[in-house]
Amino acid sequence: MMKKILKSFSIHSVLIFTSLLSIFPFIWLLSTSLKGNSENIFAYPPALIPKEFTFANYVGVWHRVDLMRYFINSMVVAGGTVILNLILSSLAGYPLARMEFKGKKIAFFAILATIMVPFQAIMLPVYLITLKLHLVDSVNDVAGFIGLVMPFAVSAFGIFLMRQAFLAIPREMEEAAIVDGCNVFQVFWKVLLPMVKPSLAVLAIFTFIGSWGEFLWPSIVLTKESMFTLPVGINNLQGMFSSNWRYIAAGSIISTIPIIIFFLAMQKYFIAGENEGAVKG
Amino acid sequence: MFKYYGKWAPHLFLLPAGVILLIFFFIPFFQTIVLSFQDYSNNIYNPSWIGIGNYLGIFKNPVFYKVMLNTFIYLIVAVPVLAIVPLFLAILISQKIRGITVYKILIYLPVIISIVVAAIAFKWLYADQGILNYLLNVLHINSVGWLTDSKYAIYSVIILTIWKGIGYYMMIYLAALMSVPKELYEACDIDGASFLQKHLTVTIPHIMPTIALVTTISSISAMKIFAEIYVMTKGGPLNSTKTIVYYIYEKAFENLDLGYASAMAVILLVVVMIFSLINICCFERNKYQI
Repeated sequence: MMKKILKSFSIHSVLIFTSLLSIFPFIWLLSTSLKGNSENIFAYPPALIPKEFTFANYVGVWHRVDLMRYFINSMVVAGGTVILNLILSSLAGYPLARMEFKGKKIAFFAILATIMVPFQAIMLPVYLITLKLHLVDSVNDVAGFIGLVMPFAVSAFGIFLMRQAFLAIPREMEEAAIVDGCNVFQVFWKVLLPMVKPSLAVLAIFTFIGSWGEFLWPSIVLTKESMFTLPVGINNLQGMFSSNWRYIAAGSIISTIPIIIFFLAMQKYFIAGENEGAVKG
Repeated sequence: MFKYYGKWAPHLFLLPAGVILLIFFFIPFFQTIVLSFQDYSNNIYNPSWIGIGNYLGIFKNPVFYKVMLNTFIYLIVAVPVLAIVPLFLAILISQKIRGITVYKILIYLPVIISIVVAAIAFKWLYADQGILNYLLNVLHINSVGWLTDSKYAIYSVIILTIWKGIGYYMMIYLAALMSVPKELYEACDIDGASFLQKHLTVTIPHIMPTIALVTTISSISAMKIFAEIYVMTKGGPLNSTKTIVYYIYEKAFENLDLGYASAMAVILLVVVMIFSLINICCFERNKYQI
């Protein structure tokens, strides 16, 4: 009994310690963002609880930076990316799982090949092509959004995820639908797609998180501040407020709130232990 | 089963994804290779063919070797830590204890946070008069230039990468741990094996493929590090944190030396492809079976 308590005590201590390490950088950022102007944020010893508690930094950064705009931009980009991924991945995953056709092997290996090539290695020509197609914010905002979304509109990860989902559906489902007079598109849309909803949810969530945090591509293509997504805008705070860490911290915390809410709402998808995610950038 | 679809139906379904992949993947892929044989450094509007000139230039460039060394440091420090620590945590979490969900959420939190915010949070911890230096001073150690001293900067950035990756790999391990047969553990308990013995003899051999998978995935992501560097150090001080992707970015979008940048991109591509091939052929085979 004693041994059991000791074991459980040591396990909890390690996990509590790790959990604290995981959130401490945010706690410290939060603490800094709540400190007033007259409080020294470099004080020794550092004060975790602000002595002069204030929301002034939040009000200040909210007035000087259009965070709402960044948020809306991020929503548009992440939303667009998610919708396109759901549509394109399930469209492409279906024939790869369910049909026999000429060129299937080629299509399969071509898609598989895209997993092996990192975006970072081909980003320069992707940028040149995006420029050529006039999908940049200097043309207009809509073009800018399309340019932000298109290179990530479909991924091999998504296609294979959907293919796996379609593979798991019994053949009889299609046969019954055909007998009932469905055509191939109706089979796909009305019969199969509703059956792969769990996979669609997984794909949507991971695509959303990935797109929401994406930094490299928007920082390459964006030229107008009004088009900034949250990561680009938050990074830009560093230049705007050079050493005003109270503002930088407040802006960073504000930008993090939506994704934390999203994560907590969807947590079962992340921590069920089932995901082999695409979040990793 | 009877064929209920027309001859071209499969192709129609594949078409939209195919078009996107063609425009934003396959064309750029080949264009990268083509660009790498061209010289843009004299006139960006009128490049000239120089064969393997860019590659020769790269292999004579001391900065490139520095960048490679940095990537190598990243690999040998971050990858083992990310293979071992998350496994240890996953084993602890998979014990039947209270509060698992809370621990999982807290440890996974860094994964979903935008890398930019995480990098800013760490930059603040690393400030010259910041909280980490205060802790060092309490322990009677002199302050360290976490991001300003070329000896330490790369390790400071690596710490961020590790911090942000632990939860992700822990979840992969947790999924793998569920597949270890319970009977094996019961047999261990009957034999009176200790906690350590139990996991060394049962868990580790059983999830070896997952350990290998985590190793290759984290190696690949270590070679793609960019945002951390961009937000925290811009590759400095003295190129000590410059990674290959950051260097490509700098050459391509700041120096507009498109050929040179593309040649480095091809090198990155080859290395990452080797790792990915190992990954797909050895560890994720079942996922990609035709």
